[in-house]
Amino acid sequence: MKRLTLDGLEALFAALRGQGFELIGPQLRDAALVLGPLEHAAELPVGWTDTAQDGGRYRLARRPDRAHFGYVVGPQSWKRYLFPPEEVLFRARRSGEGFALDPAEPPPRRAFIGVRACDLAAIQVQDRIFVHDPGYQARRAAAFIVAVNCTEAGGTCFCVSQDTGPQARGGFDLALTELCTDARHAFVAEAGSAAGAALLDALPGEAADAADLAAARDAIAHAAAHMGRRLDNAGLAEALRARLEHPHWQQVAERCLSCGNCTMVCPTCFCANVEDRASLDGDSAERVRSWDSCFNLEHSYIVGGNVRSSGAARYRQWLTHKLAHWHDQFGVSGCTGCGRCITWCPVGIDITAEAAALRAG
Amino acid sequence: MSALPLPAGDALLWRPEPYRIERVRRDLADTFSLDLVPAGGGAPLAFRPGQFNMLYAFGLGEVPISISGDAEAGGPLVHTIRAVGPVTEAMRGLRAGAVLGVRGPFGSHWPVVEAEGMDLVIIAGGVGLAPLRPAIYYALRHRRRFGRVCIFYGARTPDDLLYKAELKRWRGEFDLVVDVTVDRASHDWAGKVGVVTRLVEGGGYDPLHTVALVCGPEVMMRYAARALLARGVAREGIFLSLERNMKCAVGLCGHCQLGPHFVCKDGPVFRLDQVERLLAVDEL
Ligand SMILES: Cc1cc2nc3c(=O)[nH]c(=O)nc-3n(C[C@H](O)[C@H](O)[C@H](O)COP(=O)(O)OP(=O)(O)OC[C@H]3O[C@@H](n4cnc5c(N)ncnc54)[C@H](O)[C@@H]3O)c2cc1C
Ligand code: SF4
Ligand code: SF4
Ligand code: FES
Repeated sequence: MKRLTLDGLEALFAALRGQGFELIGPQLRDAALVLGPLEHAAELPVGWTDTAQDGGRYRLARRPDRAHFGYVVGPQSWKRYLFPPEEVLFRARRSGEGFALDPAEPPPRRAFIGVRACDLAAIQVQDRIFVHDPGYQARRAAAFIVAVNCTEAGGTCFCVSQDTGPQARGGFDLALTELCTDARHAFVAEAGSAAGAALLDALPGEAADAADLAAARDAIAHAAAHMGRRLDNAGLAEALRARLEHPHWQQVAERCLSCGNCTMVCPTCFCANVEDRASLDGDSAERVRSWDSCFNLEHSYIVGGNVRSSGAARYRQWLTHKLAHWHDQFGVSGCTGCGRCITWCPVGIDITAEAAALRAG
Repeated sequence: MSALPLPAGDALLWRPEPYRIERVRRDLADTFSLDLVPAGGGAPLAFRPGQFNMLYAFGLGEVPISISGDAEAGGPLVHTIRAVGPVTEAMRGLRAGAVLGVRGPFGSHWPVVEAEGMDLVIIAGGVGLAPLRPAIYYALRHRRRFGRVCIFYGARTPDDLLYKAELKRWRGEFDLVVDVTVDRASHDWAGKVGVVTRLVEGGGYDPLHTVALVCGPEVMMRYAARALLARGVAREGIFLSLERNMKCAVGLCGHCQLGPHFVCKDGPVFRLDQVERLLAVDEL
């Protein structure tokens, strides 16, 4: 463990750039925190926070300090860099009567700056899903992950219920805990891989002392004690499997717009369309994979009709997939407790409240 | 049924292999069969009865299509396709020599080996006979390993009956029960009229020692399962092949889900007790 100053953080950015990584991190754009390329620590949303989230509500606010990671999660997750919203799976050209595929392109090398524990867990969930997907695996292997432990919780956070946070427990190259008080501004840094350890060794800074570690522990405990939401998972999957025909699905459907926002912001949702396109002259073609949602009517289309034509059936697919069938398919929950689907639902439908209502009924 | 391991190396997961159409058969007005061989030479991929491939029309789209040929003949890969939309329509326009992409084989298979020693009841509706034909070929090749073998086949009209010449030949086999029915008869139809599930009552098979393989529209399969259960066939002996939207066939696109199952890799062939409760729920 090492204690980095602000200069140390900047040195980390420089070292990653020096190793050829494109740095991706949170930044302020259009009244929300989004992810994008950045080069310097000062481009982070310094002094901003977004913890006052609620159902259908997201507001940025000024912080009294200059914290660099004093917020939680915005609408975007790292999913867009490992499983991009649109991706060419292959390009092909006609050759004689047949066709030939172009070789796959090498993945970009990216460093993810500020991955929260819930999103780290989401990456591990998608690792299981995309275990055979060559593009995902290549991008994943090329990524360097700088995690950040949360020291404040957002209004829709429930990582504690999902046992995914607020502290990053493995799956990162480096993990930072920001200590930002009147007395000091520092980052306690921990290596989680050989690559992370080598990088950390080369950074300026001193070994973290007992006081640093205690302060980091207390700050994370503070976040854990202030979760905005909670979800009782005990027996939940079984309860949902037994309630496929519960009248509550219809009650949610009366509020749900089937807009699919929840699936778009969710860091674990993996549904995708696969489309083949040809060039105008018909000589070349490509296969494109793009995000889809089980809230789209066409998601369940087969000749003769759509299997899930009602909104109730589509909401049921989403909730039972996340909280019940995901366990059967991948051995984990499909929900990491990041709270995005609650915050970004235009009518504020809350997965924790709906799950509780279904269980109670 | 347990899913087979993924067919090719991970790097090939999304990449279709070019196959040349060796022969086209016009089965019905809207249905045709393609014999496919690897465009680069070599043997066509091996498969088990009930599995399917993703067939790719260059630049246009890719669709799941069952393999309808003989798994043990070692010949070309046979697919029987009904033209219902853009991709399958385009495939109808292809002639011998044209090239298609193939990914596969995917999914679970009919338990033909496990069914040896039992009576075998095969129930097909419409184009649902295509995925069952490899199971029929297996039973014919290894006829002595089975007890009674019954084929119950239903189509909308006599003009919709697939593989007519073969049906006739199978009918001529002394140790095969082949019973065919249509929903609506034409004037020259001398056979049965009515739903295929009625045929389940006949056939003379022993329900307590029967494995039934069912493929057709989902409602038809539900009724067939009910009729089989009513005759005393065990749930564990009834197998259905399900259809859902499929965009990948490898458990990655999410479109084919039925409760906990990915129909593409946990199915398409399911034992009735795996899916019975799920199929009873509307719009799942
Ligand atoms: C496991 C499996 C085996 C099949 N075997 C055969 C077969 O042997 N012969 C045959 O004629 N048909 C078979 N089908 C159905 C066949 O896949 C569809 O008729 C075909 O996808 C229609 O594509 P289209 O683009 O021509 O039509 P459209 O109606 O325009 O379909 C658009 C797209 O929706 C999806 N889609 C539509 N209908 C289906 C469907 N029923 N199942 C899955 N995806 C669908 C496909 O991605 C398709 O490209 C099978 C389906 C499945 C799931
Ligand atoms: S089915 Fe719905 S809930 Fe499940 S992964 Fe797909 S979009 Fe997400
Ligand atoms: S279901 Fe909602 S809270 Fe759970 S991981 Fe997805 S977006 Fe986050
Ligand atoms: S077809 Fe894509 S998950 Fe089954």
